[in-house]
Amino acid sequence: MNTATGNGNAEPIITIKGLNKWYGAHHVLQDIDLTVSPGEKIVVCGPSGSGKSTLIRCINRLESHQQGTIVVDGTELTEDLKSIDEVRQDVGMVFQHFNLFPHLTILDNLTLAPIWVRKTPKAEATEEAMHYLERVKIPEQASKYPGQLSGGQQQRVAIARALCMNPKIMLFDEPTSALDPEMISEVLDVMVELAHDGMTMLVVTHEMGFASQVADCVVFMDEGKIIECSEPGKVDAFFKEPRNERTKKFFGQILHHI
Amino acid sequence: MPAPVLRHPTLHWLQRNLFSSWLNTFLTLLGVLLLWQLLPPAFEWAVVNATFAGSDSDSCKYIDEHGEKVDAPGACWTFIKIRWPQFLFGLWYTRNFDQAWRPVLAFILALAIITMLMLPIITPKRRYHIAVWALLLYPFMAYALLNGAWLGLPEAKTADWGGLTLTLVLASLGIIAAFPMGVCLALARRSRMPIVKTYAVLWIEMFRGMPLITLLFIASVMLPYFFPAGTEIDKVVRAIIAITIFQSAYTAEAIRGGMSAVPRGQYEAAEALGFGFWKSTLLITLPQALKISIPAIVNSFIQLFKDTSLVLIIGLLELLNVIQVAARSSQWKGYEAEGYIFAATLFFVFCYSMSLYSRGLEQRLDTSLAARRAQQD
Repeated sequence: MNTATGNGNAEPIITIKGLNKWYGAHHVLQDIDLTVSPGEKIVVCGPSGSGKSTLIRCINRLESHQQGTIVVDGTELTEDLKSIDEVRQDVGMVFQHFNLFPHLTILDNLTLAPIWVRKTPKAEATEEAMHYLERVKIPEQASKYPGQLSGGQQQRVAIARALCMNPKIMLFDEPTSALDPEMISEVLDVMVELAHDGMTMLVVTHEMGFASQVADCVVFMDEGKIIECSEPGKVDAFFKEPRNERTKKFFGQILHHI
Repeated sequence: MPAPVLRHPTLHWLQRNLFSSWLNTFLTLLGVLLLWQLLPPAFEWAVVNATFAGSDSDSCKYIDEHGEKVDAPGACWTFIKIRWPQFLFGLWYTRNFDQAWRPVLAFILALAIITMLMLPIITPKRRYHIAVWALLLYPFMAYALLNGAWLGLPEAKTADWGGLTLTLVLASLGIIAAFPMGVCLALARRSRMPIVKTYAVLWIEMFRGMPLITLLFIASVMLPYFFPAGTEIDKVVRAIIAITIFQSAYTAEAIRGGMSAVPRGQYEAAEALGFGFWKSTLLITLPQALKISIPAIVNSFIQLFKDTSLVLIIGLLELLNVIQVAARSSQWKGYEAEGYIFAATLFFVFCYSMSLYSRGLEQRLDTSLAARRAQQD
């Protein structure tokens, strides 16, 4: 299943082939094939327990897989710790529950990894951190602690923190599902801007408005399998008329609420 | 709209807190009755009828109508007044009282360092530097002061140390040495490497499952077997080794509790940013774990501080033991109570200070508290 669209014939930046994963006897990912080109935005959706979070967590090896290959920017993910660290430095991740470091100020949250992992000089890291804080529109919060910020602000900081490592790919694991409704849009706005800047993004979300606005491709998963993908450039059509019955039912349920 | 003003704030407080229900009223009255029964006699014994004057136990006795020496009805603080140098500094420094400035200076230095660490004007970074330097240098400075034998200072061998000085030496060295060991053991016990983990589990469970007194016996009887024949191991060193080993097991468990309480998302966020195990532990998870385990760690420190009295069994006379010995001397026989109250007061002062310090530390490190305060501004 080739979903490449974004930059035409460019070399894929993520190639997943024949991916299988089990939790004990539970087969959480079954024969997943997915290719992502640089600059492509993919939205992964599906009912809870469908394996969508597990899939993107495999891409930076927060989860290990038992079968198949995942190649990220030319590096295959194996047991080898060095390859894992290399990949992780190039892949930013945003979590459902933000996972900011509560004992550090916002600025320190942003500069910690550049300074200690990338060995960026402190002044430079600080400058870059402030740049990204401005991009997510909260530079005035730099010296506060995460506990002093609202959920939406925290999630924007989390996005900025990931961007500070200059990643080539950004993974979003249900970035808005822990937020109060009025804060969802401020986070989505930041993500839309990021998408317009050409970032490669994999987003697990049920925000269909966001999907139709930025996604090059929508992937629907259920019971550990990719059930259906939208045709290149036809995301809206996919929402309206999916071919598969299960997809139809799922979209029927979630679009009903919008 | 401002909050309505109560007409009688005091009365309102009394009613709400002391007499809000029949049970509360009953407990309030019971409490008052207990205090009424206990306080006046205690005050009479400790102050009104107490003896402060004199220089020997005869000052606390009087001749009754039958011509016999009888104990006065109050406390005999003369005992403490005469013997306090021994209680604070041990026998050697009492005999060489002109040298007592050495333990006093060592104590003042320690206080100065702790005060500096508490001052809010000192930045966290400088505080960290002070702490590291103090940990590296202070033990040597204190040893040089207490032991002497340089610049013409008369030598006070470790075996001559005693009283509160020895208590503080044992407890603080035990605490300082056990802390890094506890951190390592806690990390080792959470390790995925089976051998490392097994050793940590064995160490922790073995020494936690042993009374300190047993460990002190073992240290005094068995340690010499581990060293070349004829090596003389200082008694104080033996005690410190035993105390450190014992304490490391408790500190490790306190810290491990903290590590487990750090949310999984913190570990994942660190991993996702490319932090390796050591960096993620030292920069992200361990600081949070330590903050969570402050109450448990300090609790075990306080326990250790009091447990130092057990070194009596290897022949060291720290605060409690030195008092006990004095109260058994023919001169002061029968005045244990005064001695014990003095010991209890000193122990309380130190333990309560530790407790206050830890509470202050917790508040300072509590970033969510900072959040609440900021919202009030």
